[in-house]
Amino acid sequence: MSDLLATIGRAFLDALAALGRLVLFAITAVGHMFRPPFYPALIGRQMIEIGYFSLPVVALTTIFSGMVLALQSFTGFARFSAEGAVATVVVLSMTRELAPVLAGLMVAGRIGAAMAAEIGTMRVTEQIDALTVLSTNPYKYLVVPRLIAGATMLPLLVLTGDILGVFGGYLVAVYKLDFNAAAYIRRTWDYLEMMDVVSGLVKAGAFGFLISLTGCYHGYNSKGGAQGVGQATTNAVVSASILILVFNYLITEMFFAK
Amino acid sequence: MTAPKIELSGVRKAFGEKVVLDGIDYALPKGESLVVIGGSGSGKSVLLKCILGILRPDAGSIRIDGVETVGAKGQARENVVKKIGMLFQGSALFDSLPVWENVAFRLIQGQGMDRKEAKEIALDKLAQVGLGAPVAELHPAELSGGMQKRVALARAIASEPEIIFFDEPTTGLDPIMADVINDLIVASVKKLGATTISITHDMASARKIATRIAMIYAGKFIWSGPASEIGHSGNEYVDQFIHGRAEGPIRMAVRRP
Repeated sequence: MSDLLATIGRAFLDALAALGRLVLFAITAVGHMFRPPFYPALIGRQMIEIGYFSLPVVALTTIFSGMVLALQSFTGFARFSAEGAVATVVVLSMTRELAPVLAGLMVAGRIGAAMAAEIGTMRVTEQIDALTVLSTNPYKYLVVPRLIAGATMLPLLVLTGDILGVFGGYLVAVYKLDFNAAAYIRRTWDYLEMMDVVSGLVKAGAFGFLISLTGCYHGYNSKGGAQGVGQATTNAVVSASILILVFNYLITEMFFAK
Repeated sequence: MTAPKIELSGVRKAFGEKVVLDGIDYALPKGESLVVIGGSGSGKSVLLKCILGILRPDAGSIRIDGVETVGAKGQARENVVKKIGMLFQGSALFDSLPVWENVAFRLIQGQGMDRKEAKEIALDKLAQVGLGAPVAELHPAELSGGMQKRVALARAIASEPEIIFFDEPTTGLDPIMADVINDLIVASVKKLGATTISITHDMASARKIATRIAMIYAGKFIWSGPASEIGHSGNEYVDQFIHGRAEGPIRMAVRRP
């Protein structure tokens, strides 16, 4: 029994220590955001990598989620004659929850893993040491551009996802479930509030920051060779996904708790 | 007598229970080329990383041009780093950049030089190591190991540093290419008048590029002297190492049949 408690206690302390290291890494990186030199070209390159190249996967995810949501809510609501609420359910679900969370998880898989692999490979091949010797701060050169790009591009991706998700619901509602197009659009607008969209975009900004942070952190601290880089990649995706779900709750609580 | 360019005193570094450097003392005069020899895991790379500031020693002092570098931060650290060039064991070229940008990296990112001007310098340095302009536009992955070492050497000398570190400069190269790299190192260092520290297992390389040699064992320098005296050092550890004998006072951690 005492062995079990010791194991649980050790795991808990290890988790706390890991969280502390991640927070210290984040504080250091954020501190470097506001001190020159700045690398706008690198920020731009990361914005294209995260924003533009993630667009297809986010678009497909959100449009099909909107379509499924319309179909599911229609069949569910039909049981108590509330089919008219489909448009409202689709728009609120997409803007508040589904677009930010799904886009976050998809980008975590695509970008978080790529960041950890790239920076991890640079670590194990001494390229990060080389940056230091070449008078270039690795935080400023590698981490800060990714954090800025992640925090700014994910809201744009989510905004696009909001529109496409609602459009997916519209397609199913109008062309499959025979809703009146004008009535569907009107109900979508009538119940949508600015806070619904803003809360989703705030979540997206936080998720983008967290995805870049965990990708950079695990890559930066990877050890060994190919196995270490593989482990860093896995850890980056898993920790980003968990943090997205935790922060999703916390931000929802912040915006909507009574 | 002039002040040493690099001065180590009581440098100690441990990783957990394992003591890697156990009080290293050495004073390297300006313009000298020190080669540190020693077995795998003897702490040679850790010593270089401590001098570079990539690792922080647990105790001791490292002075460059009389200025303490242990714990130096900000501009003080930058002032030290800009005097140093380094050739890494695996070359450590940036995969995402073409060869010329690798060579010109410090000039562009560290010194804010105009890209056109930096490229001209990079092409000149590449020519010094025997690489032509067409190579400059390639990416590191398109080069052989020997060419990557040459590019790494060009990068190390591009900003004309006062101090250059060479980490296993000939590892993984065939003997002819290793000798070519050694010749390039000697020529480049002579041209710059730089002070250098190299670490290597390769005795042919050590004899060619060193003016002084030191051997590290169990975290200490157990012998140091002019390169010409390495063959009759009178130290049985050094003799065993330079002749590559399995039998002797140095015991490798291997299980014998």
